[in-house]
Amino acid sequence: MDEIDIPEGLRYTNEDEWVRLEEGRAVIGVTDFAQQQLGDIVFVELPEVGTRVERGDPFGVIESVKAVSDLYAPVSGTISEINGELTERPEAVNEDCYGDGWMIAIESVDAAEQVSLLDAQAYQKHVAERQT
Amino acid sequence: MSALKHTPLVDLHRKLGGRMVEFAGFEMPVQYTSILAEHKAVRESAGLFDVSHMGQLWFRGGDAVSAVERLVSCPVASLGEGRIRYGVLCNEEGGVVDDVTVYRVGPEEIFLCVNASNIDKDRTWCEKQISGDVELTDRSNDTGLLALQGPRSAAVLARITEFDLGQLKRFRFAPGRVGDVSAWISRTGYTGSDGFEIYLPAEAASATFEALLESEHCSPAGLGARDTLRLEAALPLYGHELDDTTSPLEAGLDRFVKLNTGGFIGAEAIARRARAGHTRKLVGFHMVERGIARAEYPIQHAGADVGRVTSGAHSPTLGKSIGLGYVPTALAELGTALDISIRGRPVKAQVVETPFL
Repeated sequence: MDEIDIPEGLRYTNEDEWVRLEEGRAVIGVTDFAQQQLGDIVFVELPEVGTRVERGDPFGVIESVKAVSDLYAPVSGTISEINGELTERPEAVNEDCYGDGWMIAIESVDAAEQVSLLDAQAYQKHVAERQT
Repeated sequence: MSALKHTPLVDLHRKLGGRMVEFAGFEMPVQYTSILAEHKAVRESAGLFDVSHMGQLWFRGGDAVSAVERLVSCPVASLGEGRIRYGVLCNEEGGVVDDVTVYRVGPEEIFLCVNASNIDKDRTWCEKQISGDVELTDRSNDTGLLALQGPRSAAVLARITEFDLGQLKRFRFAPGRVGDVSAWISRTGYTGSDGFEIYLPAEAASATFEALLESEHCSPAGLGARDTLRLEAALPLYGHELDDTTSPLEAGLDRFVKLNTGGFIGAEAIARRARAGHTRKLVGFHMVERGIARAEYPIQHAGADVGRVTSGAHSPTLGKSIGLGYVPTALAELGTALDISIRGRPVKAQVVETPFL
């Protein structure tokens, strides 16, 4: 398996999502580990802008050639943006999961919930535990 | 849980970076790099699969031909030496025990290449049915099987064999030396592309696989690509499109069933079920709206469940979602609008011609 890229400065979840916190707003995608595990991404289904999500709720679906995986909201809030480019170019998740492959932005994120997210070191440990 | 079985290539798969998964009780590579890339390699160049998990049941003796004739749906006595036919083993009710390829080796020698998941079931079934001067030998564990598939297969294989591949037509096979190994070279496959399947001693399989990969035009391909390739070609997969209750006619395999002459186990039941009228039929569909149909998703029409998807995937060659599934005969017409229930939501699909390519 290739090296797993886990940028410092992002926050992470046990469900292999990353969260970029920007003053009450959170941009969300899946990690390098997730996209490597999934393989070729061929379909991404995202919610409507304006949808309210609670932390832990499934908000969308990502499909590789072989597998279907749910996406879970890492924080509660209102979906303020979705990456519509992924409809035409789901492979962007494989090519640039922390950049062009971003999925949604959530507004009005509760500060208390941010604390429960993993930092890069903690997520690194979570990944290592699952590698054989 | 019982321990996973391995083909002779397991160490090589790991060395090549294969992602190993369980399939039919074997630990097999689902992909080496990317399913899409491996799929594309087969359609445009050449891909090499380890299919040593598949089984080989050999029938030998004065009654071998008549015994196999009674076991399989396709004609056997008329099958010349060096020729291959596809057929199904059926039970007394006309359900499919397995789908197989029948190889006529000699006047009194035939082997069946069978699905890995069904080796034990097939052997037990066949042993129960045969009688007279015929000996059944299961050579699955001694046999390595490599599938070299794609338009450049002949050029890739020619690098390591003197055998005149140009004279070997589709569904024929012949003995030949591949590298320094005595093998059977068969112009068959499960991808919908041209290619060869190479039967060889298990202990020689790994070195031959590596020798074929020395060609810059050939890359290893895993079970993931094998599945998307066979689906584009609308080739059935046992356990999905076929099972012990399916009539081969419902599955659209009419041309592999000797209905006129009969004479095989299940023939009467298949004919009886056909006369009574099949209630369902296997169809190919593509998604009209966005979404990927997957096996087991409900197929709906006018808001009601009418069937199930048996196989579905994003087609790498077509760039759209395709699938196979059973629907009531009345809804099997080309062009029929269906819905596939994807996570509880109906998504529009349409019955289309198969194969999809």
